[in-house]
Amino acid sequence: MNIIVVGGGRLGYFVCRSFVDKGHHVTLINRDEAECARIARRLTATVVFGDGGDPQILADAGAPIADVMVAITNNDEDNLVICQLAGLQFGVLQTVALVTDPDHEEVFRNLGVTAVSTTRILSGLIEQMVAFEEIMELMPVGEGKVNVTNVVLSEKSPIIDIQLSDVPLPRDSLIACVLRAGQPIVPTGTTVLRREDRVIAISLPENHNQVLKTLTGHAGE
Amino acid sequence: MSEAKQLYVVIVGCGRLGSYLAERLSQGRQRVMVIDTDADALGRLSLEYSGFQLEGDASELAVLTEANVAEADVLIVTTHRQNTNLLVGQIAKKLLGVPRVIARVSDIQREDIYRELGIDTVCAVSMLGDAILGDILPSVVAAEEGDEP
Repeated sequence: MNIIVVGGGRLGYFVCRSFVDKGHHVTLINRDEAECARIARRLTATVVFGDGGDPQILADAGAPIADVMVAITNNDEDNLVICQLAGLQFGVLQTVALVTDPDHEEVFRNLGVTAVSTTRILSGLIEQMVAFEEIMELMPVGEGKVNVTNVVLSEKSPIIDIQLSDVPLPRDSLIACVLRAGQPIVPTGTTVLRREDRVIAISLPENHNQVLKTLTGHAGE
Repeated sequence: MSEAKQLYVVIVGCGRLGSYLAERLSQGRQRVMVIDTDADALGRLSLEYSGFQLEGDASELAVLTEANVAEADVLIVTTHRQNTNLLVGQIAKKLLGVPRVIARVSDIQREDIYRELGIDTVCAVSMLGDAILGDILPSVVAAEEGDEP
């Protein structure tokens, strides 16, 4: 894929590097000339020095043939306008903007731009970690419509030593996998969960707290 | 628009242009709200200004809600940051349903983008430029206008 990344700093560098590593053709637009030179030496990416909000610079960077536009400057407004320019003037189909203000996720979506709020993701993760010390990771999938949660069952868990078919999980949730002593088990109804099992659960935002309560025995808040 | 009806006008940015507009509209007996991130900028407003003022960043939806922008008849964005003007203008027009949104643009080339997004623009450079040209070489301006269908 042809991916254009607008932004700088370590975030810009690492985002580009991960796309390059996956075999994509990456063009970085950056306003800092010294940084452009440094990144051009370290990555096999095209680097364009200039303002990503300038249609001429976007054209120079190959916006007309880009598949994806990623705007990750530290300014929400700039990211919106870069994505809108890419979509409206150059017909780029996939545009993603980084936002700091979590309200901007919805605002941008209503204006036709997919936005990702690091603030929301981080604060959500931290809240979950504080509320459930057993949770190792929570991964929202499909723009947060599905949660994949990784929970280690403690001795306080109400579901240890009973058959999975007897675990009262809410509708639209699933225990997809169990890791026992490092070995993956795809569970069936007769699988009996044990203490120290690492359970990978799929849930929806509506039933997420209920699923966690079932697995750990205590409520989130 | 009837003359009798009092308009609710929200002005974003209280620089020279924003404060001038706010004072004139306030003197014209319209309801006016001025928003600026900088309390000192709001200090530009003279004692004759009798409208509202709010210190805050208008790119935050929460600030626009506090300023009751959804009730506004007109919103004018006058900050020096073009992309802020574009964001605030679009939120007002498309999400909050403000009937008339006018943005200040400094770069003539940007006017197309604003138009595509449904926002009216005022560009000081092109207005001044046309006025000067009209004064010294009216034939050039007339010819140019004639060229365009």
